[in-house]
Amino acid sequence: MQRSFLMKNPSVMIFLAVLAVFTVLVTVGSEAFGAGFISTSFVKTLGKTLCLALIAVAMDLVWGYAGILSLGHFAFFGLGGYMIGMWLMYERTKEIVVSSLSQGSIPPTDQEIVDGIGSQIFGVVGSSEFPVIWAFADSLFLQLVLVVAVPGLLALVFGWLAFRSRVTGVYLSILTQAMTLALSLYLFQNDSGLRGNNGLSGLQNLPGVTASQDDVSMWFFWGSALALALGYIFAAWIVAGKFGSVIRGIRDNEARVRFLGYSVEGYKLFLFTVTAMIAGVAGALYYPQAGIINPAEIAPIASIYLAVWVAIGGRGRLYGAVIGAVLVSLVSTFFTGGQAPDIDLGFYKVQWVDWWTILLGLSFVLVTLFAPQGIGGLFDLVSGRKHPDRHGADLGPDKGSLQEEEAER
Amino acid sequence: MSQLLEVSGISVTFDGFRAINNLSFNIGPAELRAIIGPNGAGKTTFMDIVTGKTRPDEGKVLWGDMSRNLVGLNEARIAQEGIGRKFQKPTVFEDQTVEENLMMALQNNRNAFSVMFWKPADVDMTRVAELAAEIGLANDLRRKSGELSHGQKQWLEIGMLLAQEPKLLLVDEPAAGMTPEERAKTTDILVEAAKTRAVVVVEHDMEFVRRLGCKVTVLHEGSVLAEGSLDHVTANQEVIDVYLGR
Repeated sequence: MQRSFLMKNPSVMIFLAVLAVFTVLVTVGSEAFGAGFISTSFVKTLGKTLCLALIAVAMDLVWGYAGILSLGHFAFFGLGGYMIGMWLMYERTKEIVVSSLSQGSIPPTDQEIVDGIGSQIFGVVGSSEFPVIWAFADSLFLQLVLVVAVPGLLALVFGWLAFRSRVTGVYLSILTQAMTLALSLYLFQNDSGLRGNNGLSGLQNLPGVTASQDDVSMWFFWGSALALALGYIFAAWIVAGKFGSVIRGIRDNEARVRFLGYSVEGYKLFLFTVTAMIAGVAGALYYPQAGIINPAEIAPIASIYLAVWVAIGGRGRLYGAVIGAVLVSLVSTFFTGGQAPDIDLGFYKVQWVDWWTILLGLSFVLVTLFAPQGIGGLFDLVSGRKHPDRHGADLGPDKGSLQEEEAER
Repeated sequence: MSQLLEVSGISVTFDGFRAINNLSFNIGPAELRAIIGPNGAGKTTFMDIVTGKTRPDEGKVLWGDMSRNLVGLNEARIAQEGIGRKFQKPTVFEDQTVEENLMMALQNNRNAFSVMFWKPADVDMTRVAELAAEIGLANDLRRKSGELSHGQKQWLEIGMLLAQEPKLLLVDEPAAGMTPEERAKTTDILVEAAKTRAVVVVEHDMEFVRRLGCKVTVLHEGSVLAEGSLDHVTANQEVIDVYLGR
């Protein structure tokens, strides 16, 4: 009898249980629905952290399992955020424009309303015309479709070009980084149509919703938790079966997989595109909680941080990616938020806002050198998962023939 | 008898060095063939061309009853056509179990979406168990293949090839680094495999080739120097000069 997928993968069950308990705890402690010892702003921080965990899961799929070190996934994350941000900003501005125009003696025409929204949104970049890319901004449904479609399409085209030419390893990383940089530089321009370096703001205000931010923050927190749960189940399901075998094979020996008859490029392209879509969803949940998105969020450094989280948490295991993202981003919030006390050495004052990046860099180097399995590797000590480790001297004439311990059996 | 693989007049040049020079080679549907030749004779390049890794400058590689030209197809397409290849160095996926390695190689749809929804059926489990028994790894299905000994890895790779159910098997130095008993077993596996399909073995070791007891093709400087039984080619003066005499 076939056992169900969840029964065969206890780590998924444990993860979902931990996530559920965490969600209940935060709900009970929130200002909106519970005792109120967790502030609304901290609920937002936690909700954003869950979104970061989701993109880390996507990164682990593409890097930890398939060996593609993408330095572009935060670009997909940002694009997802921009897509939902366009609708939020358009509808919110429309409410304001409509209410101010209704003060007039004659009711405004539709064109007057659209012009009003345009000058409100684009006045900051010296324009009042809607660029073509805002064509669907008044439709929540279409913008939600674009949240996955735009990152997915960009990843599909970029991946097709890169994988087809068999660009691998560090060269692919450099290419993805170049894509990220180009996108962020483009968005910095005022005529990019997305308000240049001002970005989109006021995203925390949901149009047509009168509930307080206390409530809204909890809605997004739950949404983020649900998205993370679904993303995690999907990723765990995808790596558990033969597909997982094939992509781990691609990571370890691409040529061999090819000679087995699998289209390596097709698998990479599929995975790259799907994880870009997951990143888009994560971004669409993240930025309404952050309230603002601007091109600096897309800069390559963000994607490098993502790789650091996954490496510290443990590549090639999904819970490792989550642990890395949650831990490092929360600790980072602690240190850069001015909460960490400065250390006065007498001759020099260690200010954590500056020194945090050095601490992070140092821990990255240490993990790479001494604990390549990352923090997630600690679970191996409990679960007894072993890695191939052959001891003893070779007995035969050639390297790799029977070894002492094997021969003794 | 019609030929399974018909390589005619292929040449390839790397940076001015002519690795394969107007080489022609035929093999039938159920035949065992050994290819011998000194280092640099073009044995591995020949395999690279047949499997699509290297593209010849000229010549044709005709395959199957339809005499389809394989030149220009990619590695994965050629593998799907039914050509399996074993590398000199055992290349199994060390981080995965013996069972996972064999499952991946099983003859099933290679499309990403069907692989994603694929579940091993009873026939697949039976086939994997059969293969494991054939290559002497029946008790090691759950072990990570990285823990296997060198010889066991070689067999696992041969098992993966058999799982692909190829019509043609290209085997590069299968006995390298094996103990005498392991060699004997490898010979048995290859002879058995050649009863139902074509098998081409590239080998340095004359003793091993003798045990295979099959037709031998001698390569030298990128083309065929002699062809026939082992006794026939070893009696050939040219072969002695370029290869055996040294």
